[in-house]
Amino acid sequence: MKRRDFLAGAAGALALPGAALAQVDPRDPLVRALTNGAPVRKGKVTLVLPQLADNGNSVPIRITVDSPMTPADHVKSIHLYSERNPVPNMANFYLGPRAGKAEINSRVRLAGSQRVTAVAKLSDGSFWYDAAPIVVTLSACLDES
Amino acid sequence: MAARIQIPREAKRGDVIEVRILIQHPMETGYRHDDVGHLIKRNVINALSCRYDGVEVFRADLSSGISANPYVQFYTVAEASGDLEFTWIDDEGERGSERQAIVVRG
Amino acid sequence: MRFAGLALAAAALAAGAAPAQERAIPSGELKSGSAFLGSDLRALQNDAFANPGMLWVERGEKLWREPAGKKNLACASCHKDTSMRGVAASYPKIDKASGKLFNLEGRINQCRTERMGAEPLRYESEDLLALTAYIARQSLGLPIAARIDGAARAHFEAGRAAYHLRRGQMNLSCAHCHDAQWGKRLLSETISQGHPNAYPAYRMEWQTMGSLERRLRACLSGIRAEMLPYGSQEYLDLELFLAWRAQGLPIETPGVRR
Ligand code: HEC
Ligand code: HEC
Repeated sequence: MKRRDFLAGAAGALALPGAALAQVDPRDPLVRALTNGAPVRKGKVTLVLPQLADNGNSVPIRITVDSPMTPADHVKSIHLYSERNPVPNMANFYLGPRAGKAEINSRVRLAGSQRVTAVAKLSDGSFWYDAAPIVVTLSACLDES
Repeated sequence: MAARIQIPREAKRGDVIEVRILIQHPMETGYRHDDVGHLIKRNVINALSCRYDGVEVFRADLSSGISANPYVQFYTVAEASGDLEFTWIDDEGERGSERQAIVVRG
Repeated sequence: MRFAGLALAAAALAAGAAPAQERAIPSGELKSGSAFLGSDLRALQNDAFANPGMLWVERGEKLWREPAGKKNLACASCHKDTSMRGVAASYPKIDKASGKLFNLEGRINQCRTERMGAEPLRYESEDLLALTAYIARQSLGLPIAARIDGAARAHFEAGRAAYHLRRGQMNLSCAHCHDAQWGKRLLSETISQGHPNAYPAYRMEWQTMGSLERRLRACLSGIRAEMLPYGSQEYLDLELFLAWRAQGLPIETPGVRR
């Protein structure tokens, strides 16, 4: 299955009321490189994007993971995937118990309207994700300035 | 490569502090053209890390999916007085670094 | 009709600031370009740390202290650090010695070439943007107060004419958009009143900082009109007219724009 299918699949599943069933497809090569085939469950991760971005060159993004961030139970890493960017794996963030709080804020480039997915890897080896749709409007004029 | 770091000057031991960094870098995607129509080579900061008193507390792999002049904000626990030191490197091998001190009481 | 009216009123004008009723947008209705942004970009502009334009302001502060040119002087060798407060709000301005109109960029380059024995900095070079932004930032919150009397008068009139001149394949003047259509959507943009108070500004479309002239060129390019070389007299005159239109609007440099 191609990446596009996986994200489309995830998006389709998310639209269902039984969203608990929705899973990021573990067979997707990108995600498999990360999870080694382990299930990726919806939950714990919250991805915040504006619903509409005036310019895809700089879109604010926030990822939080519900975790006590203790040595025994913490987020090890957070992985960001784009459905439409030429480079689908936008960023990976590695944290640990010393973070105290599992939250990352940044600004990303998005090549058009799409769904963005964040996958978190926890210290117990489990994977969790959230996905958010965003509409990216095109700029008014192609100015050569 | 200029950069700005924002952390509190002072904190109590155990406080979770906000860390913000802004780095001047075009994060060239490799898809843009220059004035004479030539493709500009891809050049992005691909790795960024933060050490607190020598111990890595945060690391990131970045790509052209991160905006020009990248901004990253995360958290860390104030453990002891010392320096937060950021280092980063781009596709052309150019390195940058910037540090900021914090005083931790208690 | 309005153009003729403006010309008559202008002829009758005394020196200095003109009364508000002559402006197409009266001072009570003046709105900065930031008022037409989405909440994210407005918040980013107001975040003095994360506003990416602050990278240029900081660079400008370093350059201010760095000796350059044959005389090995820094800007700080002659100017006190606080001496630039309010300066940007008064530009473009007539240089008394030469009687010529200068924008801030031109003035910085004048100091470099005539007083430091240094090369002028290119428009849109990182260094000129940085110094301009650093100086303009020191007028943060101060109202624009450019003078249009004396030798500035003729430039003001030329700027007014340039502002109302229809140009390009779309045959539009600046006034068609920024006086008559502000607040309306143009594809993904909302047309603002076209004020200069946030420049140099960081524009997401450019993914970098740009001067006011770069923004004017973007407007000209948008209506498929000829772009003049940076620093040309028509731009300087337009900049003076824009400053007069925006009189009283606080400086916001570095602005953040779409
Ligand atoms: C077709 C409509 C149109 C015309 C004609 C036009 N502009 Fe613009 N202008 C825009 C748009 C759209 C923007 C970007 C959004 C905004 O207004 O800030 C803009 C932005 C600006 C800005 C920056 C405002 C800010 O706060 O960032 C200035 C200054 C400006 N224009 C001046 C001019 C001048 C001077 C002319 C005539 C030479 C002109 N414009 C012609 C549409 C136009
Ligand atoms: C050798 C001394 C000297 C140096 C060095 C120098 N300047 Fe000046 N600058 C002057 C003088 C004198 C004036 C006032 C000229 C006048 O009033 O006609 C001036 C005027 C200015 C003004 C206009 C101020 C106003 O009130 O309108 C600006 C802006 C400025 N300088 C910026 C700079 C910058 C930026 C640098 C460094 C790149 C610099 N200067 C370096 C001597 C200097």
